[in-house]
Amino acid sequence: MDAENEQQNATPDTADAAATKSAVSRRAVIGWAGAGVALGAAAVGSVAAATRQDDPAPAAAAPAGAEVPFYGEHQSGIATPVQDRLHFAAFDVSEKATRESLVKLLKEWTKAAAAMTGGREVGTGAATGLPEAPPDDTGEALGLPASRLTLTIGFGPSLFEKDGVDRFGLKAKRPEALIDLPGFKGDKLDPTRSGGDICVQACADDPQVAVHAIRNLARIGMGTVNIRWSQLGFGKTSSTTPDAQTPRNLMGFKDGTHNIAGTDTAKLADHVWAAPGDGPEWMTGGSYLVARRIRMHIETWDRTSLKEQEDVFGRTKGEGAPYGKAKEHDAPDLKAMPADSHVALAHPDANSGLMILRRGFSFTDGTDGLGRLDAGLFFLAYQRDSRKAFVPLQTRLASSDKLNEYIQHVGSAHFACPAGVRKPGEWWGQALFG
Amino acid sequence: MSARRRSTAAVLLTLAVATAALAGCSSKSDDKAGSSDAVKVNATDTACEVSKTTFAAGHVVLDISNKGSKTTEVYVYGDGDKIVTERENIGPGTKASINAEIKAGSYEIACKPGMVGDGIRQKITVTGASGSAAPADPRLAAAVDAYRKYAQEQADATIPAVEAFAAAIKADDLEKAKSLFAASRTGWERTEPVAESFGDVDPKTDTREDKVEAGQQWTGWHKLEKSLWADAKIGDDEKKLADQLVNDLKDWQKKIPEAEITATSMANGAKELLDEVATNKITGEEDRYSHTDLADFQANVEGAQKAYELLKPVAAEKDADLSKTLDSEFAAINALLAKYKQADGTFTSYDKVTEAERKTFSDAVNSLGEPLSKLAAAVVAK
Repeated sequence: MDAENEQQNATPDTADAAATKSAVSRRAVIGWAGAGVALGAAAVGSVAAATRQDDPAPAAAAPAGAEVPFYGEHQSGIATPVQDRLHFAAFDVSEKATRESLVKLLKEWTKAAAAMTGGREVGTGAATGLPEAPPDDTGEALGLPASRLTLTIGFGPSLFEKDGVDRFGLKAKRPEALIDLPGFKGDKLDPTRSGGDICVQACADDPQVAVHAIRNLARIGMGTVNIRWSQLGFGKTSSTTPDAQTPRNLMGFKDGTHNIAGTDTAKLADHVWAAPGDGPEWMTGGSYLVARRIRMHIETWDRTSLKEQEDVFGRTKGEGAPYGKAKEHDAPDLKAMPADSHVALAHPDANSGLMILRRGFSFTDGTDGLGRLDAGLFFLAYQRDSRKAFVPLQTRLASSDKLNEYIQHVGSAHFACPAGVRKPGEWWGQALFG
Repeated sequence: MSARRRSTAAVLLTLAVATAALAGCSSKSDDKAGSSDAVKVNATDTACEVSKTTFAAGHVVLDISNKGSKTTEVYVYGDGDKIVTERENIGPGTKASINAEIKAGSYEIACKPGMVGDGIRQKITVTGASGSAAPADPRLAAAVDAYRKYAQEQADATIPAVEAFAAAIKADDLEKAKSLFAASRTGWERTEPVAESFGDVDPKTDTREDKVEAGQQWTGWHKLEKSLWADAKIGDDEKKLADQLVNDLKDWQKKIPEAEITATSMANGAKELLDEVATNKITGEEDRYSHTDLADFQANVEGAQKAYELLKPVAAEKDADLSKTLDSEFAAINALLAKYKQADGTFTSYDKVTEAERKTFSDAVNSLGEPLSKLAAAVVAK
């Protein structure tokens, strides 16, 4: 499932504050106040991050209602402190779309994304405009603050070439790192929950705000792109803020004790952001995203003894301490763990220092037709080059991880997420299409 | 085609937006009634109080407060319970308002606590001011006239088709009846929003099994569909139902000249036809026994396209991009449907259409429905 790699912590990207404020905030007063608080929190966050290793301070993420800047060097939603909720959508570009119509859509999407992440309504708003016309904005986020909404876009392998066809003249720009992911042992992938030409990851502290964002982007996209699949997530499983309590996954174990911190610019540069020369220039400053829908066999897991559960992870269930150690954050001694435990296999020390930034969420889509909880981990990992990170790691885990008895990978996708939109007027994918 | 969905069509048919090109109808002047002039409706579980029972024709605002404990609906009915406007799902303790264009005449306002039954009724009189035709784009008036003609032609052509269907049933010819079922629905499906504006016809002819209300006898096409396909039987009841269907549809045929049609209602009707496809055809709910959904689908698209083509001279001038998009989306959805048309003119049975293919249809419907929802505003925009 994921690499036990981590670090934590992230900073809200201070980079630029409120860009276009032309439209009305959904929550005029609070929206502005929220923005101010966000900036303050960012400053605090940096300090906390700097001192974090020896001195765990209280969590420094921006308050729940605040606004995460949309514009910046990198896309927000990657190093940003992980929000509580997710709506992730994969789109296919429709057959009759052209490069021109796709570019037009990406420009419209960028405008809408800037508005929504700023807590503003899309277009002419939700309850205004001509009475004869359906409102531009669907309205369910009216009155809600920005809720730290981030929208992160990525381009899948099939956008560059599908069934041997270079639909949009992009084939030559496909990064070598954007491979068609290989099959891994034990995969049982559902094609209707896998792949996609384009993805948008919406993260927010309020699920209604995240769902509103995807819904409105999907609506704007109709005719040019169609939703292929989407996934809701809750209860972030991998913190990028080390000072906060490490969240637990649905197996009841702390997940993400050792993740890449959003403030650790050195590690981000080494492991997360594509650097000049890594691949095509349009991806510099971007990151490769692997999404995996990992179903947990909840009922059998729950019938498993505590000892077995702990052996599977190589950590204690209560404290999260590595075997042979007392505290969660104590450096693990991999030899003290069962060799096929998840942590022993996934830890950077066992993988030549390999790290990925995990940003996964738990999911529960009710129950399946057999009455079993349809639940698990929607694994999201960002990395500089998936061929050198997720692929070797997952190859290793798929072949021997003791956890495999209790999980199954049922969805998979790979996307190239470009660098950030730096300022108003620029648009998602501009460096790729421009 | 549930009994319930008809409402939107009715509202739109009378909405204020009017290009006042109401052929055969008088229309109101354009001055909007301020909300201070609004008619207040206090709905409770046992009463339906109206602040005034006589008011002037034109743009009317009903401010509704539901002070009861049940969710309610408010309707304005004209002669023969024709729905002039309505609002559903008004929760206990909430308010809602209706904006409608109401001509001079006698009406009834009904509150329906619990959203069932005929409602608690109150007679109202709307006075004066009719006949002051506002200046309208003559092209829109022409479009409305042409659309009314189209609706009438569709109804006229439906009668022989449904008579042939009924005759096969009465001759106990099960297979022939099945072969004539889909074709008997074409004219109806093409102009459904108009048909649904006559409140009483649609529930009798086109109700699906799950939409039958308590106390309502299930009649019409879908009851016969179930008998023919699921039960594979024709009995006396089916023969009576076949006669009744013919009679009910003749009733519909006669009512077309009374339909209130405006450019706005045409545009919104086109959008509703696509909604109809999106909600009931894509899922295979509409013709769940016969699986002839794609025939209805095609008829809905044809009817929507007809309305659009008639409005296109104005739409193309006011919003060229929208018009271009609609041309391309109609072409795309027609091309997609054509792939499922068989040599004998019938469509692939919908139970043979895979989930993946249904998604392709769904995407095409969304691609057309979304821009189509902008047509009304484009046509009436100043």
